[in-house]
Amino acid sequence: MKNKTLLILILLFFTFCFIVFFKGLKNSNIYIPETAQNKDLEVFSSKDLFTGTQVPFDQIFINSDFYILNIWASWCLPCRNEHDLLMQLSKNKSIKLIGLNYKDKSKNAKKFIEELGNPYSIIITDKDGIISIRLGAYGIPETYIIDKNKKIIKRIIGPLNKKLLKEVDLIVR
Amino acid sequence: MKLLNFFLAIIFVFCFTIGNSSEKKNELKNKISKNIRCLICQGQSVYDSQSDFAISVKLLIEQKLDKGLTEDEIYKFLKNQYGQWIVYDPEFNKNTVILWILPILLFLIGGAIIIKKLIIKK
Repeated sequence: MKNKTLLILILLFFTFCFIVFFKGLKNSNIYIPETAQNKDLEVFSSKDLFTGTQVPFDQIFINSDFYILNIWASWCLPCRNEHDLLMQLSKNKSIKLIGLNYKDKSKNAKKFIEELGNPYSIIITDKDGIISIRLGAYGIPETYIIDKNKKIIKRIIGPLNKKLLKEVDLIVR
Repeated sequence: MKLLNFFLAIIFVFCFTIGNSSEKKNELKNKISKNIRCLICQGQSVYDSQSDFAISVKLLIEQKLDKGLTEDEIYKFLKNQYGQWIVYDPEFNKNTVILWILPILLFLIGGAIIIKKLIIKK
């Protein structure tokens, strides 16, 4: 009788573990902290990629209802893949696209833009990656949708795709 | 000659103080980076990792220390950006209550079982 109870308990335990792990398989493996959305954007300033002049925060985020801040680099392959979608996004006049060039050589970054086109209204540089960390970024590419009050509405970790682009469109509308 | 000795002594004290303070800052930077999880690595702290993420976090910690922020303020900033997960030492709140209480409960239950068995044996 005692052995039977023990067997049932062990079986129950393993079934429980199986269910937990099986459910876990379907979860997204991208960890997005709750604090990442609906919060104020960190104030920062940086150098313009093309002119090399320091651009203050108020001049980066100016004259738009929505801003899309995209962190990219010329050495990042997924950034190259999402570039076409950013070019599409740039046609939307209610959005100001801001590029944050992450740990890149300016020569390579300029070449990348020359080759694939420039979807951004302004490109600022993040040579040592500190601005990205202050924004809460994990890596690149990463995209932030910011409203006119400089609040982060949505954050997309990884490259954009058509489905995400539709979501962005809905938010901006 | 006396004047020269006096100046040399001052320079020595000055250099020693600077060296000492930068060493202290470095120690604190290492302590903080050991308590911060590298979020894109497998089971490594920011201190142990050489990933882009970890290098930038270490630079940020250094920058914040230069600005005069305390250890707690730096943890608070990083928690605000990345959530509780970034620190190895999560604070006690309603989300982490099980994490903190479970080991104590297991210890107490285990202890109770051992004591009970010992009493029965006697």
